[in-house]
Amino acid sequence: MTIKKLLTGNDACTYAAINAGARFFAGYPITPATEIVELCSELMTDYNGIFIQMEDEIASIAAVIGASLGGTKAFTATSGPGLALMSENIGFAAMAEVPCVIINVQRYGPSTGIATKFSQSDVMTVRWGSPGDHSLIVLAPSSVQDSYDLTVEAFNLSERFRTPVILLSDAALAHVREKVEIREPGELDLYQRKKPSNPVDGYLPYGTLHNDVPVMSNFGDEHILRVTGLVHQASGYSSDNPRIAEELVQRLARKIDDYQEELPAPLFYGNQSAELIIVSFGISARASLEAVNIVNKGGFKAGMLELRTIWPFPRKKVKEVCSGAKKILVVEANHGQVRELLISCGIPPEKLRGVNKQNAEVITPSEVLSALKEENS
Amino acid sequence: MPLADYKQYVAMDRLPSIWCPGCGNGTALKALALALAELEIPPDKTLLANGIGCSGRVGDYVRCHRFHGTHGRTLAFVTGIKLVRPEIKAVCFLGDGDCAAIGMSHFVHSARRNVDIATIVVNNFNYGMTGGQFSPLSPHNAITSTSSSGKPEPDIDICKLADVAGANYVSRTTIYHVTEMKNYIKEALGKKGFSFVEIISPCPTYYARYNKLGNIIQQLEWLKDKFIPIEKYNQMEDAEKENFFWRGRLTDRNLPDLLSAYTLGSRG
Repeated sequence: MTIKKLLTGNDACTYAAINAGARFFAGYPITPATEIVELCSELMTDYNGIFIQMEDEIASIAAVIGASLGGTKAFTATSGPGLALMSENIGFAAMAEVPCVIINVQRYGPSTGIATKFSQSDVMTVRWGSPGDHSLIVLAPSSVQDSYDLTVEAFNLSERFRTPVILLSDAALAHVREKVEIREPGELDLYQRKKPSNPVDGYLPYGTLHNDVPVMSNFGDEHILRVTGLVHQASGYSSDNPRIAEELVQRLARKIDDYQEELPAPLFYGNQSAELIIVSFGISARASLEAVNIVNKGGFKAGMLELRTIWPFPRKKVKEVCSGAKKILVVEANHGQVRELLISCGIPPEKLRGVNKQNAEVITPSEVLSALKEENS
Repeated sequence: MPLADYKQYVAMDRLPSIWCPGCGNGTALKALALALAELEIPPDKTLLANGIGCSGRVGDYVRCHRFHGTHGRTLAFVTGIKLVRPEIKAVCFLGDGDCAAIGMSHFVHSARRNVDIATIVVNNFNYGMTGGQFSPLSPHNAITSTSSSGKPEPDIDICKLADVAGANYVSRTTIYHVTEMKNYIKEALGKKGFSFVEIISPCPTYYARYNKLGNIIQQLEWLKDKFIPIEKYNQMEDAEKENFFWRGRLTDRNLPDLLSAYTLGSRG
């Protein structure tokens, strides 16, 4: 059934994880993600799951990866400094193809920054924090409802693609309270990882692919599992063969990048024929939408594209929406990280205007409105 | 294949191994396989987890479940595995760098939590895979590729550390003492909670060469002569102790392991 609740973003992520079937949480308390850790410590007991507070974020993501390899949906929650510590093992999860979910509640940085304050400056870190070539999935909610829905989606995608999925929340969204419609497990479409049907003898953990994703057993199952962060053959034994290495890293990218239509698509609001287009994500997309609605009611035309999947970057849709625009405003609370991505899509820099804020406060509708009016005049 | 056959755990078709002649890692792997066979633990309920370095390659030669994580973090990964799959017999096979340097924090906390993991550390006194640099367990004044005039730092007794941290079982032996090694591993595997066996091993390629310990026969004799039973060691005067190391059982107790404590504590 569907129930209505008044929840914070952090609470919504936690209930969503439980309802998506997560039964393992390992974490290390960090502002502004701490409430997820605290709520998990209560809920996991109620749901016969496991909560463990590890000695640091490195161990937290490691335990999550271990639990997932044991066959249990698992997740953690952190913020910038903790995310930095998790980077090596997120890369391991990408390489070894371990489903897991990381809720990254962005706070003001760099370094310890301002622990309690808001920012959207982890766009690049979530993607490129770990060395080596690989793809991964990053989703950005813009409301508490979205925090719930996209967390459920994050678990589905991590199981479907056997990859780490990062939910890019932020300190504002984490603590704002909004009404949420909670669809309970019976109402949710939940994806479960595929299990091998091969004979046990001679089973190759990375040998059977379904849409470029290996069909793997879990530790303790009768199909023997071999997992390593080294380049590996289909057997899971390590290899330094150049051909095997190339095939592996190319598949790690391809298995996600070639299936982008399965990821949450960007949402377009406002006037389709507008020459003024906003591109935004997260809570900044809320302010942008408010401003777009105001101008479309009385004055001039504007449109807004809200990115819900940040990585892989939805280049095709962004290019399509921006192609007819005279000016594109990129609204984000950082120095212009998504703006750089638009340039990499081939959009001329002179058509772009960054609406940025770096004072640890959220971007307001009136600030976006002013920028729109300036560009219209 | 009869169950009590150690070869069911070893990927014989993948031998010879990557390890140098005289290295102790293969001997320790055989002792582990023999202990698993004697306890009749099925390969599909056995997990061998390892870290990075020479010991980290052990998983390439086993036929049971195998996990090979990032440097130093093996125990943290396996904590997650064990909490959701308690029926698995988990063995962490680590090196001295992996366990006592980069992974020291996880080692101490795993012992403190008393996670049901048997941890074996093959201590060859240096980082072999990267060319013989010192580890926290290299003896004071040891010559290594990063301490050409002698390691300026003291070492640490990793067994005593495991004991005070809360491990249920702690013992130390050497590659020379093959039967004792198999028996200690068997005891560790049979113990509920965190169990720990330190195995002192030769590194003929780097440590033994830098420290002029002679050929592999002389190195094994060095292990035989220098590592004496803990009872005998404890009776020695302090000055005499400086010339020897102890081997034997340091800890054997039955404190509740993490999952039992978790179940009792939060659900009781």
